[in-house]
Amino acid sequence: MSYLSKADMIHPPAVRALLAFAFALMLAGCGREAPKPSDVITVRIGAASPLTGPQAHIGIDIRNGVQLAIEDANAANPEIGGKKVKFELIAEDDEANPTKATTVAQKLVDSKVAAVVGHFNSGASIPASKIYSDAGIPQISPSSTNPKYTQQGFKTAFRVVAHDDQQGPTLGKFAIEKLKARTIAVIDDSTAYGQGLADAFEATVKAGGAKVVAREHTTDKDTDFKAILTRIRGRKPELVMFGGIDPQAGPMVKQMAELGMKAKFMGGDGMQTPNFIKLAGGAAEGVMASIPGLPKDQMPGGRSFLDRYKAKFKSEVELFAPMGYDAVMVFIDAMKRAGSTDPAKFLPEVGKTRYQGVIGPIAFDSKGDLVNGPITVYVVKGGKWEALETVTPGAAPAAAADGTKK
Amino acid sequence: MDIFLQQIVNGLVQGSIYALVALGYTMVYGILGLINFAHGDICMIGALTALTVAQVLASMGLPAPLVLALAALAAVAVCCGLGVSIERAAYRPLRRAPRLAPLITAIGVSVLLQYSAALVWGKQYLSMPELVKPSDIEMGGIHLTDLQAFIFLLACAVMAALLWFIRSTRAGRAMRATEQNPDVAGLMGVNVNHVIAVTFLVGSAVGAIAGMMVVLYYGIGHYFMGFMLGLKAFTAAVLGGIGNVAGAMVGGMLLGVVESLAAGYIGDLTGGVLGSNYRDIFAFLVLVLVLVFRPSGLLGERVADRT
Repeated sequence: MSYLSKADMIHPPAVRALLAFAFALMLAGCGREAPKPSDVITVRIGAASPLTGPQAHIGIDIRNGVQLAIEDANAANPEIGGKKVKFELIAEDDEANPTKATTVAQKLVDSKVAAVVGHFNSGASIPASKIYSDAGIPQISPSSTNPKYTQQGFKTAFRVVAHDDQQGPTLGKFAIEKLKARTIAVIDDSTAYGQGLADAFEATVKAGGAKVVAREHTTDKDTDFKAILTRIRGRKPELVMFGGIDPQAGPMVKQMAELGMKAKFMGGDGMQTPNFIKLAGGAAEGVMASIPGLPKDQMPGGRSFLDRYKAKFKSEVELFAPMGYDAVMVFIDAMKRAGSTDPAKFLPEVGKTRYQGVIGPIAFDSKGDLVNGPITVYVVKGGKWEALETVTPGAAPAAAADGTKK
Repeated sequence: MDIFLQQIVNGLVQGSIYALVALGYTMVYGILGLINFAHGDICMIGALTALTVAQVLASMGLPAPLVLALAALAAVAVCCGLGVSIERAAYRPLRRAPRLAPLITAIGVSVLLQYSAALVWGKQYLSMPELVKPSDIEMGGIHLTDLQAFIFLLACAVMAALLWFIRSTRAGRAMRATEQNPDVAGLMGVNVNHVIAVTFLVGSAVGAIAGMMVVLYYGIGHYFMGFMLGLKAFTAAVLGGIGNVAGAMVGGMLLGVVESLAAGYIGDLTGGVLGSNYRDIFAFLVLVLVLVFRPSGLLGERVADRT
């Protein structure tokens, strides 16, 4: 079900309320039918990501990762606290929309999920985390990198990626130390993710002595950037950094080439996708982007995961499927240690996780952030993303960024 | 200075696309008094059709000019058929209904087209194969690709052809008669249904070309691209005087240039308080000013309300 704002206009609220009520009844019905004659307990795992809209390819990727994990777990006939359990996936579409995300979160809570993997966008994870926290349901975001997500004091919010206060400064350090860029232009897409990343980057390069000659903003719906790029061209930067996602980054790089701009281009994980290279065409060559985690095929469980994913879903892993997969496994691991599938019982165990996942060792700090999440910078070479350098941030870069934000 | 000129050039190219789409809005409004909100989505269907045909033919290894010509032909054919059938199925039965009914139907058709396209093409961004690498034309620091120049010239040519069609042909005269009063035109022997069908046919064909220009220029298309395009083009049509064909052209170009300049200079003008993401404020500010001081648009004429 996907209502867009325009479609909303033609559904009178009463009709929608009725629909919602009917749907709630259906769900309630499902819930009552669930217990089977056997003594197998069904444990529901929620997955929330954009399954429709411009970011659907990334959201579906996450859902596929979660689905694969659940199938793997069920195949091992799991037992928790001496009882046989069966895991069940409930996947919801948040449309990358913060408002829809809270609706979806409530829906998952109402359908009594034990844990949630999601959401994809920081802008969706942050408002939804309040609802999961109130319900006491643990949430692991596979991909939301805005620092605020874990800084709200919710005991239920975790993530298995490095956050922007780590990613932004790493990119910034890379720009200054490796690329030796002295004049830099920064663009963001006005989303929580894009702006957070761009702010952290800007603070680091300024602290490193580079000059930010232009700071521009666009939106996550635009495809025409000629005007802001022309302005940036006038300031003659050596490097352009973009905080945003591939549907914008692709045309942006193309239009830079059309305007005769020679500046280098770099960005974060939102544009480190095969789709970016398709969208940017020949102009993608030489573009750099960082991504939290190790290179896909250098992950400890990487190669075999990629092969199994491809065999099952007939497509390449886009971005965050391994994180979605590991998030489920972390939950199940915590349930096993607690000997219970009750969120109230196994939630404390999630925080104590020491798990060897597809993406590498997983452990959380007191806020729920991934400890020592590595970040890798990639470059497009011959029409493919190639790993350039892996950096493990530790605490230092984040501190540097904080120190300059006055 | 060269930055200023570059912004004008950027704006004119963007404006040409708005103008082509705006023609479809303004023609239908002139004849029926109906704002065809589905027009932006017809352009989207044209764009995605051209994109798919180009992808398939290019993978078969046909030469680029042939691929483009066939893609354009397919887009125009699909959109013409679509435009005429929508008129026949959705708007004609409501022609004597109160004004609100066809307007709401138009919104319904727009949503229907969007989600049909989502079913056919999926919801991802699709990329147009790079058939011809646009070559750069540089003049005094201003960069322009031959594709951009082509889009601008094409828009001017389509516009001139339409003006000629409406002013100098028999079908054009019938259109003008229908615009003034459909009932009397009917009494004078004009086949009003036929004229309206032709209007939708021509508008959709121009829309298909506009859609194809968008995917050629930006290299990407998706099922929702018609919404914003339609909204901007509708604004352009109102700006120029809705119902006036030359006005659509002027409005489109003006909107493109205002947007481009706003995005380029808004940061400097407001001392960094507003960023370039607020450029739409300027575009719509111009619209509000025009509507306050010239309610019928820049080139629009005062007409008595026809009910």
